[in-house]
Amino acid sequence: MAHPKSFRYTKEHEWLDVKGDLATIGITDHAQHELGDVVFVELPKPGAKIETGKSFGTVESVKAVSEIYAPASGEVIEVNSELQNKPETINSDPHGAAWLIKVRLTNAATISDLMDAAAYEAFIAEKGKETSA
Amino acid sequence: MSELRKTSLNALHRRLGAKMVNFGGWDMPVEYPSSGGLIAEHKAVRGSVGVFDVSHMGDIRIHSGKKPGGALAAVQHIAMNDASKLAIGQAQYSAMLYPEGTFVDDVIVHRLGEDDYLLVINAGTREKDTNWVRESTKELDCVVEELSDAYTQLAIQGPRSAEVAQKLTDADLSTIKNYWFTRGTVCGLKNTLIARTGYTGEDGFEIYVPSDVATSERIWNQVMEAGRAFGIVPCGLGARNTLRLESKMALYGHEISEKIIVWEAGLDRYCKMEKGDFMGRAALERAKAAGVTRTLVGIEMIDRGIARDEYCCCNEAGERIGVVTSGSPSPTLGKNIALAYVPPAFSAVGTVLYVEIRGQKYKAQVVATPFYKRPKKAAAPQGA
Repeated sequence: MAHPKSFRYTKEHEWLDVKGDLATIGITDHAQHELGDVVFVELPKPGAKIETGKSFGTVESVKAVSEIYAPASGEVIEVNSELQNKPETINSDPHGAAWLIKVRLTNAATISDLMDAAAYEAFIAEKGKETSA
Repeated sequence: MSELRKTSLNALHRRLGAKMVNFGGWDMPVEYPSSGGLIAEHKAVRGSVGVFDVSHMGDIRIHSGKKPGGALAAVQHIAMNDASKLAIGQAQYSAMLYPEGTFVDDVIVHRLGEDDYLLVINAGTREKDTNWVRESTKELDCVVEELSDAYTQLAIQGPRSAEVAQKLTDADLSTIKNYWFTRGTVCGLKNTLIARTGYTGEDGFEIYVPSDVATSERIWNQVMEAGRAFGIVPCGLGARNTLRLESKMALYGHEISEKIIVWEAGLDRYCKMEKGDFMGRAALERAKAAGVTRTLVGIEMIDRGIARDEYCCCNEAGERIGVVTSGSPSPTLGKNIALAYVPPAFSAVGTVLYVEIRGQKYKAQVVATPFYKRPKKAAAPQGA
């Protein structure tokens, strides 16, 4: 699955789709593939503050728990409640229907520090080489 | 880090695109996206059939020294079940114990011949176990041989496994009961060990074939071909773990270890105190008189949350009372289940307790185990 060109990406395998000071945040196709079958998602409530680098939720597969780290600071304005009942959407549509939260960014300018799609794909290719070496 | 060990099917797993993990020093497939992943693999085994590469398991043969009976005496000394009850061609679940009554490892003891036994042991404990067997039997009249690297071991598991395995061999598998084995020609290989054993809680067979890559891959491919009509899929260690957990089968380093004694683990029925002396017996006798302070229970989450290995159990007041040894979503039941050590006062079915997940208390309750039992038709007791 291609990583959308308009998104920004983190080394913790989250994506951000930023429009003005609003960011939609999810986990990447690479991340869902690494996790395997997702069975449980825990997300903050609307109104919660998230802070760059701190965990704001968890995604669990059958075999593992994965923390989701905030790629930017801001206030949660909407949460994808569909994921409670259909966590497997994260496996089938990680860049679309399985968005996790929408956030009003404290400082939208910080987003430019994150990777674009090409840089992210180069990053995971490099990681793949390390682990198979 | 030292180099990971590989089974003879390693290259095949990689060609299939398996996700590989380090399991006890072995580079093993955890799941196969080409099979549909862990949950699909799990459901294939419960509903039809799946195949696992379990060649990382170890094999120790103990046979007679100068006089007959030496091997039986050795097995009786090092393992807690009563091997004198085994007929030739029969196997039993057992365990090797330290003098303290705690676990060296759990094993399946197969009686190969008149005074000839095969112990199948865990991968991560191979060297420890082999050294332990050699050391513990050095005064006894028997020969200990480590055969682990000689075999590729495949587990064909699921309600359709007998039909698949029967296509591969001239041996009549309908006469082989659960926890019995035979020898037959398998895919042209004469005198191949075929055991009706497994680690999934389903009917199943484990076959032991020569471990060279060409033979191992040929047999794997023939198993896949024989199972095609039943939708057979390759299964990894991820499904192996959820399958054994639903069936409450112990995993070394989790439910059993060098810190846990037999009575705590609830494996009493495989420990034959009346068979005579054996390693760990005296300590077990003392422990029985003293009573246990913790016991293994099955729990089911009531609150939305997944208990994981090593999470703490606590009471309503938040005081820690125990620990989860294995926890996972159960693909068969659609619930989050776990095994945990708790004080006996919390062990009755229906008892409410809490699991601490990321600093918060999640409600759970003790339930009857095994969590899953296969339908009666094919059911038979585990071991002798």
